[in-house]
Amino acid sequence: MAPTFTGYRRADGRVGVRNHVAVIPTSVAASSVADAIASAAGSPARATPHQMGTSQPRPAREQTERVLAGVGRNPNVGAALVVELGTEDVDAESLADEIAETGKAVETLSIREVGGTRAALARGEELVADLADEAGRARREEADASELVFGVECGGSDATSGIAANPAVGNACDRLIDDGGTASFSETPEFIGAEHILAERCVDDGVRERLLDRVSTRESMAELMGVDLRGAQPTPGNQEGGLTTIEEKSLGAISKGGTRPVRGIVDYAEQLPVGGGLVLMDTPGYDVESVVGKVAGGAQIVAFTTGRGSTTGNPIAPVIKVTGNPKTWARMANNVDVNASTVFGGESIAAVGERVYEALLAVADGRRTEAERRRLEEFAVNEIQPNELADAGADA
Amino acid sequence: MKGRVFDEAALVMSERDNVATAVDDLDEGREFDVDGSTVRLAEAVPFGHKFALAPLDAGDEVYKYGEVIGRAMAAIEPGEWVHTHNCESTRGRGDLAAAEGGADA
Repeated sequence: MAPTFTGYRRADGRVGVRNHVAVIPTSVAASSVADAIASAAGSPARATPHQMGTSQPRPAREQTERVLAGVGRNPNVGAALVVELGTEDVDAESLADEIAETGKAVETLSIREVGGTRAALARGEELVADLADEAGRARREEADASELVFGVECGGSDATSGIAANPAVGNACDRLIDDGGTASFSETPEFIGAEHILAERCVDDGVRERLLDRVSTRESMAELMGVDLRGAQPTPGNQEGGLTTIEEKSLGAISKGGTRPVRGIVDYAEQLPVGGGLVLMDTPGYDVESVVGKVAGGAQIVAFTTGRGSTTGNPIAPVIKVTGNPKTWARMANNVDVNASTVFGGESIAAVGERVYEALLAVADGRRTEAERRRLEEFAVNEIQPNELADAGADA
Repeated sequence: MKGRVFDEAALVMSERDNVATAVDDLDEGREFDVDGSTVRLAEAVPFGHKFALAPLDAGDEVYKYGEVIGRAMAAIEPGEWVHTHNCESTRGRGDLAAAEGGADA
């Protein structure tokens, strides 16, 4: 029998592990106000400030809309407030409509229309209080592990990542998938050199071709620019931690997704299926943006492995941090949830994987992660680069 | 851990590998008995870093996880530290594509 947890069942059937009121700005111009509204409103408000401009080329705007709508639709969000300055290309009303399709309460607020920031803060706080009342009516009820969408990420990798933390998280992914759930990992540039292993695990030729095509696109970006990845991948920090090449980094990175068949690969911030097994997401290799992509795709919980140490968290999804580096565990235990460095003392990968899986279910059930306790919340939307825009333009 | 650990200090992840990973900070001169032959560290190898188990010529493929992680840029003796100074990636090398006349670029 699959394990259970208690969560918030939403009108669309998806189950949230948190019951936040998301305060979502449509651009950088509304981000400070969104942040201030969420701070003033207190629990359970969570702002998602980001850097995207009021005017963006079409492919970039569409991606921003997909991310913001996905974040609002995430089942961890019980209700949402969309905040605009009022000059954005991204339309607050249609964004609110997309979020409201999932059956949750959504309001909008225009800083220009309401009379500037002072009025926006006052009105925003009232709206969030009403939305919190609305969301607060939800109660936790029993849900099945198969209803979890688990995003996995690595950041600040070193040699311990591929030996201890990533395989342990991968083992937890295998356990969740065997119990009927979904696991997803991303960062396509970190498939380079290991894509043949993933390709062998694809369920059919269509998925395989799509995967190899995405890897080749990411790799050719470096070639198009006439630069090599070596300065940036592995990063100087990765190199100090013992990682020599992108191939070595990738071979360690893919182990965080476990060993089950690859059932699909979706675009950045595209919806991840519930009960879908292992599904990859095509994202750039920037961890905060990549985590946000998976949360926008519906992941309720994220595991983040780090060798060198990371304090990262996310406003919407709890982030369980796992380290395989004994020195990082000793120094930064207050930022790390699971110690996988025990692998070096002889604990098996399977035993650490079981601890990660137990942490996943406990966090789903309401236990706060170290990042949540400290309100460490990072949020960024991937910005489509000029060369990618040129490609998208050529396709259009 | 996946692989074999020698003297609680060096991890060989796959039979095919020609490098080992230090799972402790290792001093120069440290010796490991690997399948009957002695590998003596030519220099200190920090935790997480790699050293060669077998002699490599420039251009030889370097194996870890039983997979190719790059190629040797120079001859490497057993016991030498293997890192960015003597092992390079073969992937995402836009610099090489440009040097080849940019036909593919």
